[in-house]
Amino acid sequence: MARGIEKSFLSGGGAVPVLRGVDLSIDAGETFAVTGESGSGKSTLLHILGALEIPDAGTVAVDGMNVSDLSDARRAEVRRGRIGLVFQQFNLVPSLTVEANLDLQARLAGRFDSAWTARLAERLGLDPLLRRYPEELSGGQQQRVAIGRAVAHRPGLILADEPTGNLDEATGDAALDLLLDLVSETRAALLTATHSERLASRMGRRLRLSGGTLE
Amino acid sequence: MIRAGLSTLLAHWRRHPLQLATLIAGLALATALWTGVQAINAEAKASYERAARQVAPAEGVVTGPGGSVTVEDYARLRRAGWSVVPVMEGRLDIPGGRITVVGTDFVALPPEGGGPEEDADPAALLHDPGVGLADAATAEAVRGLPGMPDTRVSDRPAPGTLLTDIAVAARLLSRENPTHLLLTEPAPGPLNEIAPGLTLSRAGDPGAGRLTDSFHLNLTAFGLLAFAVGMFIAHGAVGLVFEQRRPMFRTLRALGLPLRALVGTALAELLILALAAGIIGVALGYAVAAALLPDVAATLRGLYGANVGDGLRIRPEWWLSGLGMALAGTLAAAAAALWRIARMPILDAGRPRAWAIASARGSRRQAAAAALLLAAAGALATAAPGLPAAFGLLATLLFGSALILPPILAAALRMAERTARSPLAQWFWADTRQQLSGLSLALMSLLLALAANIGVDTMVASFRLTFTAYLDQRLAAELYVRAETESRADELRDWLAPRVDAVLPVWTSEGMIGGERTRVVGIEPHATHRENWPMIDSLPSPWERVARGGALLLNEQGARRLGVSPGDRVALAPAGDLLLAGVYADYGNPAAEAVVSADLLVSAFEGADRREFGVRVPPGAVPALMDALRDEFGLSGGAMIDQATLKEISLGIFERTFTVTGALSILALIVSGVAILTSLLTLGAMRLPQLAPVWAMGVRRSRLARLDFLRAAALAAMTFAVALPVGLALAWALLARLNVAAFGWRLPMFLFPSDWLTLFALAMAAALIAAAWPVRALARTTPAEFLKVFAGER
Repeated sequence: MARGIEKSFLSGGGAVPVLRGVDLSIDAGETFAVTGESGSGKSTLLHILGALEIPDAGTVAVDGMNVSDLSDARRAEVRRGRIGLVFQQFNLVPSLTVEANLDLQARLAGRFDSAWTARLAERLGLDPLLRRYPEELSGGQQQRVAIGRAVAHRPGLILADEPTGNLDEATGDAALDLLLDLVSETRAALLTATHSERLASRMGRRLRLSGGTLE
Repeated sequence: MIRAGLSTLLAHWRRHPLQLATLIAGLALATALWTGVQAINAEAKASYERAARQVAPAEGVVTGPGGSVTVEDYARLRRAGWSVVPVMEGRLDIPGGRITVVGTDFVALPPEGGGPEEDADPAALLHDPGVGLADAATAEAVRGLPGMPDTRVSDRPAPGTLLTDIAVAARLLSRENPTHLLLTEPAPGPLNEIAPGLTLSRAGDPGAGRLTDSFHLNLTAFGLLAFAVGMFIAHGAVGLVFEQRRPMFRTLRALGLPLRALVGTALAELLILALAAGIIGVALGYAVAAALLPDVAATLRGLYGANVGDGLRIRPEWWLSGLGMALAGTLAAAAAALWRIARMPILDAGRPRAWAIASARGSRRQAAAAALLLAAAGALATAAPGLPAAFGLLATLLFGSALILPPILAAALRMAERTARSPLAQWFWADTRQQLSGLSLALMSLLLALAANIGVDTMVASFRLTFTAYLDQRLAAELYVRAETESRADELRDWLAPRVDAVLPVWTSEGMIGGERTRVVGIEPHATHRENWPMIDSLPSPWERVARGGALLLNEQGARRLGVSPGDRVALAPAGDLLLAGVYADYGNPAAEAVVSADLLVSAFEGADRREFGVRVPPGAVPALMDALRDEFGLSGGAMIDQATLKEISLGIFERTFTVTGALSILALIVSGVAILTSLLTLGAMRLPQLAPVWAMGVRRSRLARLDFLRAAALAAMTFAVALPVGLALAWALLARLNVAAFGWRLPMFLFPSDWLTLFALAMAAALIAAAWPVRALARTTPAEFLKVFAGER
């Protein structure tokens, strides 16, 4: 739940407002797309919802907890336990194997479940790749690992920033299918930021971010 | 959470074992050089302590004016209630070398005094042949020699020392009086009321240790320099590794690892690595010290008469200091990187090599710091005297020069870029300049190593040249003869006089100048002295003034210490006030020394040693004369030494003295080679995005590799060009400042361009060998790897 989110960035000419009072609510099991043009503030909104960034004004509650007032350490705790992140650039740890990348957040959160991650690996088609390193994988394979990592600790909220932006259409569709299946299975809420109409059309709800507000 | 974070950080090393190896190697080498020097110093100091405590833990030492205390004075002190124990000390030639004989009254020694065990038979101690204590090697060397006591192996005496009863020592050394008395209980009253001519030095007064301290200070300075070079490697390697992992840090934080936990785990990772490198470094340092210790021991024996064993013990003071330096050095090297992590915004786009693109402000700050340090070096060079100032000069000069290197290289590369005609040449110089920040730490360490090499080599070579000339002057006589007794010496002199060109006494005793025991040499001034023994500064006809008896000559260090110059009066006890007629160079001797006429020596110094002569004879006649002396007087080989052998021995001691510094400076060069390798390897992996477009535009991989080789050579050559003046300035600082402050003599400086050429070749070889591996990797980079750059998959 987000209420009255405002955020500006400083540039040469002074403060440039990006978000001007964004209100947003998303329930468990719901899928939601925020669309908009490049520079419209989609990623900024996602970062604020993911407790990666603090809004200038407004509140963000995850599972009923207001995260915008928390310390850095408590926000890290929220990210670790309650949120799963999927990045456009995948952001896998290059020195860890696929298996270790898959387990990473679950281990950080202290919720590692070997049976669940084994099932995830199977569902994502990563079984034959578990001993490989990210640099040995294709873009689609890397995104599947990133999706697995984001759901391995069974978070309540999954935030995906242009999750198929670096993939071709077919590979992107396949990755999205997997993500939606897993979200449905875990009853997590999914919020994606995208400029792709194709992706947005697969979500249960969609809103457009324009001029700093959701329409 | 912490475990998962730490294992993620450590996983980097499993994927990049070479980076791990270079980081560990840099830290371990730095620790090894530091630990090696500390181990040598600790061993030497432990030997001095053993030597100082081998007879008794004394309250003080009572000495006499002529280097001995009379039996009458000893008896007078005992009767007045003074707990003094007589000690007689001297050097004794034995087949294969010389030992120190220390004689004392074992029965009068307190229980902790260092004599034989309490169950030793008192009769055996006091009656011939007596009992001796020595280390295993010395005990073996004296066993079976005529007149030697029954020598038992003990770890109490210092290496090379025979500890025995004073009567046995008197017989062996042909002396009558003790050299000094040990005060074993607090003095019951003022000494001058009972024995006015004697001096009491309290325990803890500066003594002979001061002489060797300078040597150890030099070694420590070298160890620090080597450690600093190693730290440049560690700083470079740690910095690069942290920057490479910036995206990983960002991901970990995004996944919920708190900042404090991230910094903590990074710190824990570093400490684990530093500890591992420290342990390897300490082991390597032990090997370095064990290899160098025999040369150091020979140096200290030759220069200072201080006995240091050749064996090395594992002592906590040096291995703990080595580990401590490894940990502290790593933390210092990583401080900036940790600080950057702590301040890194969580959404900072991972910018590998962002660190490498030094901001203009940072570069200006570095140049300003360098200018400040070099200005301080200039001020110290011209103004402040003393040892701390001399070391301050070395430190400011070296670090100021290291800091100024990158701005100088950047300016030179900018100029080369402007003058380049072809586009490829322009790209080459621009790309070299862009890489400069990533390579600057390695190049700074190369500069330090090269400057240290030039400085130390110039100092040693100047010293060698001066020392050889000095030996030619001081060892002018063709043969030196030493008789067993003074009556035998008189006979020898009478026999020699009609058969040779001249017989020149070299008689010695000990006097006091400025409150310090000073060696006094008695000579009969002769044309040999006038022609071969030039003065640094003198009154007219100095030798004639000495011959008349009212004047003395002082060595340079003695004159500097007293602050006197020719024409001043100098109090030489017990001879009295004498006119200083001249000051002479006396290299290799840290102590003051005076020269007086032989007549004055005999008349004023009781117990002067009058048994040695220099003999002038045509060089071709030396072997026959030695044979004749052997037949006529039964003189052994040890009692006669010809000039050529003596020079060989002296130069041998000299060469061994500088084996240590030579070895350390070569090690420093190797360490800097490792630094270059580390930087090039790490940069090599990060440079593909810059090289891929050039490759795509038609420059073949083999050509790119050749250009990288040329780049390493160009940077090494430019660094050498800066290192040369820095090295010469360092040599000047060593010769004209540090030597004067530490030893009291100043050496002339000579230049050796051929040595520079050799070093230049070595520097180029080090850089090219270091570059070979990364260049080979570049030449073998597959087109697919280059293409990944364009596909955005890197």
